[in-house]
Amino acid sequence: MTASVPAAPAEEPVVIEVERPWREVWRMFRANRAAVAGLVTLLLIVLVTVLGPFVYPVDPFAAAGPLLLPPGEQGFLLGTDQQGRDLVIGLLYGSQSTLTVGAAAAAITITIGILFGALAGYYRGWVEEVLMRITEFFQVLPPLLLAMVVVLLFSPSIYSISIAIGVVSWPATARLVRAEFLRLRELDFVKAERAIGARNARIIWTIILPNAAPPLIVSAALSVGIAILFEAGLAFLQLSDPNVMSWGYLISVNRPQILEAWWPVTFPGLAIFITVLSVSLIGDGLNDAFNPKLRQR
Amino acid sequence: MSALLEVRGLSVEFDLKDGAVSRVIDGLNFELAAGRTLGIVGESGCGKSMTALAIMRLVPVPPGRIAEGAIRLAGENLLDATEARMREVRGNDVSMIFQEPMTSLNPVYTIGDQIGETVRLHQGLGRRHARDRAIEMLRAVSIPAPEKRVDEYPHQLSGGMRQRVMIAMALACRPRVLIADEPTTALDVTVQAQIFDLLKELQQQTEAAVILITHDMGAIAEMAQRVVVMYAGRKVEEAPVDEMLTNPKHPYTRGLIACVPHLEADPALERPPLMEIPGVVPSVAELGRGGCPFAPRCAEAMDHCRRDMPPETAVGEDHTAACWLYSETEAAA
Repeated sequence: MTASVPAAPAEEPVVIEVERPWREVWRMFRANRAAVAGLVTLLLIVLVTVLGPFVYPVDPFAAAGPLLLPPGEQGFLLGTDQQGRDLVIGLLYGSQSTLTVGAAAAAITITIGILFGALAGYYRGWVEEVLMRITEFFQVLPPLLLAMVVVLLFSPSIYSISIAIGVVSWPATARLVRAEFLRLRELDFVKAERAIGARNARIIWTIILPNAAPPLIVSAALSVGIAILFEAGLAFLQLSDPNVMSWGYLISVNRPQILEAWWPVTFPGLAIFITVLSVSLIGDGLNDAFNPKLRQR
Repeated sequence: MSALLEVRGLSVEFDLKDGAVSRVIDGLNFELAAGRTLGIVGESGCGKSMTALAIMRLVPVPPGRIAEGAIRLAGENLLDATEARMREVRGNDVSMIFQEPMTSLNPVYTIGDQIGETVRLHQGLGRRHARDRAIEMLRAVSIPAPEKRVDEYPHQLSGGMRQRVMIAMALACRPRVLIADEPTTALDVTVQAQIFDLLKELQQQTEAAVILITHDMGAIAEMAQRVVVMYAGRKVEEAPVDEMLTNPKHPYTRGLIACVPHLEADPALERPPLMEIPGVVPSVAELGRGGCPFAPRCAEAMDHCRRDMPPETAVGEDHTAACWLYSETEAAA
């Protein structure tokens, strides 16, 4: 088609070069110092978790020295716990299960949440009724209790714990995704998509879902933090894989001696605190970066 | 001149909350040949956009449904087609330009992706060919530097540019019927004229039949050969465009034309005050109460009008109106 159509509208303003959406988000994120600090901290934790076992290839459950040695004595930087285990080793290996469960549980949460929320919000009608009643059913169950039941059902392991946390935390995500779909499905570009003959599956996954991404990404970051706390809570209740070191487990076994020895409880607790805080700061930064009202600055 | 698109007795109903049923389109007839433009005019809420959605079979079901009638595209009744067949038709044989160029483009994809998507869906072109086609279409709608623009996102374009992109999307598969639902309402007047010129030019090249939905009589005069005036879901008058503008019969049509200000009149002379049509379009809940739906707003309404629905009557050569003023049965009544 060669057109000799009225020449390009001269009076239309020249379009200013605008950043690609993702670069703009990154620029906004970078401007938030707390979020960057959180990101750096989390990357450090991940690095240490990955490299730790290579630097100290030891059994984290084996006793390394005298029991309850205070920090700094006999070369034990953070001291030892009530079974003589080096706390540095304990923290290094413990972060593996913490991060794995945090990521896996958040992945499960997001997956189920997107599936339920997207189908309910897009199709409406009886699909929405059924899916949202199921969601509400899970929402009214006490999460900790339900998670404990799930873990006990399958004997504690990294997998069963991740699944348990995922299963109890998805309803909030499902409701968020549904709300986004309810809003987006009425927009003109979705109608336009139908008018060019796209099928429902395509509209749901490639047209609406990417537009719902910003709040979802924020919610995913926050659910990682919640999952980490949950994992520590379950471990504290002795519901952790007995063969895998974890921060919650360290706190749990050393709790009886807390009055004589503060360090075996405090350091794993601090580790959890710092990890969750950095994840939350990242989530907060993403929230700001995706918020179009703040972007104008 | 055989009809490419033929709409016969089309009725669309909506279920209301209280269980009542409202007929938002009632027994609509019109036909359209290739390369011609039909204007559909009326105020907001007259069923113009619903007519467009019905032709695309995109009436939201539930609460809506196409109750009866036929929509024949080159002889094929689209109301009997399967959903899979309709997906082939949409965007390929019949496509649509929406009112709001600002919201009709997906903000997360480049315009090249979006124009290319139509041809990828319908013609199975690969990514690279679809991109070439998108560039070609951008050039056809006179967007400067299409090789560069193709990778831009909708928010980087002005309103007029976006409507050009929408037109490129709609025409990428060379549809036989193009429905333009108030394509210029959201644009500046100068840009409106450009878009109309562009549409006319592309129509000549592709021989597409165009349905132009608008409330702008000026746009109709510019673009269409034939006009259907709708009121409250019914066709109240149909005629060739010159006949309609110079010799409108239905009081509603006369009202619509009187609402348009005439700039060519000498400002020094005394001008008739700008007309308005009193009242508003009846809401969906008020439809189907018997009698002419325009009667409550009509200066020439008679008792008869409030009792019985006027039939479509020939009021001139190739000119029909649904009004008791022109019906022979009026004398008898």
